[in-house]
Amino acid sequence: MLAMNYRGPYRVRAEQKSDPVIEHPGDAIVRVTRSCICGSDLHLYHGLVPDTRVGTTFGHEFVGIVEEVGSGVQKLKVGDHVLVPFNVFCGSCFFCQRELYGNCHNTNPQASAVGGIYGYSHTAGGYDGGQAELVRVPMADVGPTIIPHDMDEDDAVLLTDALPTGYQAAEMGDISEGDTVVVFGAGPVGIFAAKSAWLLGAGRVIVVDHVEYRLDFVRRYAQCEVVNFREVDDMALHIKKMTDWMGADVCIDAVGCEAAGNAAQTLTGVYAMMQAGSATALHWAINSVRKGGNVSIVGVYGPTFNAIPIGNALNKGLTLRMNQASVKRHLPRLIEHIQAGRIDPKQIITHRVPLEEVADAYHIFSSKLDNCIKTVLIPPNQPQRRAVAATTLP
Amino acid sequence: MTDHHDHDHAHAHGHGDDKSQRNDLAVFQHGRPPVDRSAIKGWGADLDHKNRPGYPMERMPQRLDAPLTQPQPQARHVEVLVSPERPHMTPLFGSPQPPKGLSGMLRRAAFKTTENDIRHWLLLLLADRVNVVEGIGEDLARGHVPNVFAEMGIKAEWEHNRVGLVKKVAVTAAVAGVAYYLLKGRKER
Repeated sequence: MLAMNYRGPYRVRAEQKSDPVIEHPGDAIVRVTRSCICGSDLHLYHGLVPDTRVGTTFGHEFVGIVEEVGSGVQKLKVGDHVLVPFNVFCGSCFFCQRELYGNCHNTNPQASAVGGIYGYSHTAGGYDGGQAELVRVPMADVGPTIIPHDMDEDDAVLLTDALPTGYQAAEMGDISEGDTVVVFGAGPVGIFAAKSAWLLGAGRVIVVDHVEYRLDFVRRYAQCEVVNFREVDDMALHIKKMTDWMGADVCIDAVGCEAAGNAAQTLTGVYAMMQAGSATALHWAINSVRKGGNVSIVGVYGPTFNAIPIGNALNKGLTLRMNQASVKRHLPRLIEHIQAGRIDPKQIITHRVPLEEVADAYHIFSSKLDNCIKTVLIPPNQPQRRAVAATTLP
Repeated sequence: MTDHHDHDHAHAHGHGDDKSQRNDLAVFQHGRPPVDRSAIKGWGADLDHKNRPGYPMERMPQRLDAPLTQPQPQARHVEVLVSPERPHMTPLFGSPQPPKGLSGMLRRAAFKTTENDIRHWLLLLLADRVNVVEGIGEDLARGHVPNVFAEMGIKAEWEHNRVGLVKKVAVTAAVAGVAYYLLKGRKER
C-alpha cells in the first residue's frame, strides 16, 4: 500500500510499504478514504516528540471503509463507512469505564502517562496512522463510529480529533453564561474552541494569534473578536485592558509546544530543547485569566517539563484542566450539532492533496503557506465526491 | 454509543419568550454592549450541563456499550519496549518499527529508566537522531538515494514561497562562500 513515511525532522515521503494485518481478534483493517494533517502532527514532523521512529506512518485523523475484521469483532462489518477517533482505547479499563477514553491504560505499553494514539510515535503506543491506504484499527467494536448517511465525509474526518478537541477545550473551561473566553491559537482546534464557546453560552469570545489570514478566518467563522499578538506590547496586559482590568473568565491554550511570541521560550523550548517546547501560550493563559478563573489546555507539550508561572496560578486560585480529547464520548452531541447546522466543520478545510504529495502537504501546513488552515490527504483510487461548497463566511 | 443527550437548552430555540429572557440576561460586559446572541447560531445550546458530553469529568457508568472484560493479549511477534512504570505488558500495542541497530540499543537503554527520569526522554531523542542517519543508510543500502529536498517539500516552497526560497538559497550560498573563503585563507596561512 501507499503510505506516508517519516524519514526525520522535516522529511517525509509517500512510498509503498506492507499492508497492515489483523494482529488481534478485535482488530479491523480500514481502507482510508480521507485523512488529515493535524497541528500536533507537526510536533512529530519537527522531531520534537521522543521515540518517533524512522519509517513510522503518521495520521490520527482518518475515515474509511472497513475492509477486513478479526474473528472477535461482532458489531462492525466489512463495508461499514466509519470515522475512527484518534484515541486507541479498550473501553474496559479503569479509565475507559469513566469515559476517559483518551487515558486508556490498555493500549500503550511504552508510557503510562498517555494512552494509545494512531500514528503518534512509540511514546503513544507505536501504532501506524491513517495517512495511508490501509490502517490497522484495534478494538474495532469499541472505537470506530459509523458515519451517518447524511453526513459529509469532510465533516466526519474532522470529528475524529479537531472538532472534539476544540469542543472539549471549551467544555473544560466550564463556561458559564456570559463568560469572557480567550482562545490562544487560531489553528483548527482554536477555531473550533471559539465556535464551541458560544454553544456553551459565552458572552464574549476573543481569539489570539499572529497569523493574519487565520485571524481573519476565525473572526468570520466564529463571529469572535481577534487580537494579533504581534501588534500588542504585552499580551496579558492587553487582555486585562480589554476586560476592565479583571482578566478573562476562561483562557484556552490551543497552541501547545511550538508557540511563538516569546523569544526566551522559543529559544529554550524549541531550538535548545531545554524544556518540553515553548510554553508561551500557556504562560499567557495563566497571566491573562482572572482570579478564580479557569485555564483549559489542549495544546500538546512534551513529556519532560515546562517553565510556566505556576505561582501565579496558585495565587490567583485558578482551576487548570487539560486532557487529550475523549473523542468517543463527544461524538453523539457533536453529530447533533452538525446535523442541526449549528457548526459546519468542513469550512475550515483549505487544501485537498493527493497522498502521493504528502511532503508538499506537510510543508505547506507547517510553513503556513497558501493561507493553509486544514489539509486533507486523499489516498489514490478514491471515488470522486462532490466538491465542498465554497466557503461563504460573512 | 447510546444517545444520552437531551434537547437543546431552551435558550437556543429562539422562541419569542426565551429570546427576550435571553437578552435580559445579556448584561453589558467590560463596558461593551452584549453580543447579539440570536445572530450566533446555536448560542447556548450546551449551556445546560446536562447537554455537555464531558460532564461530569469521570462519568460512571459509561454510556458506551463496551464489554467490561479485559481484552485478550495481542500475540507478540516483535520486540516491544515496556515502561518501567507499568507492571506488565498491555494487552494491545503497535508492532511497526521495532527497535533495531544503534538507535534500538539506545532505546533499550532509555527504557531501563522511568518516564519520571529525564534521561529516559533525552536518550530517546538521541536515538531518534541516530535513527535518521540509519534511515539514510538503509535507503542507500537498497539503492535508493533519498531526495531530501523533495522530502522537505521544495516543490510547495517553490510554488508558494518563491521569494523566500530564493532568499534561503542566497543566504545559504553566502554563508557557505564565506566559510570556504575563511577556511581557504587559514590553510594558505
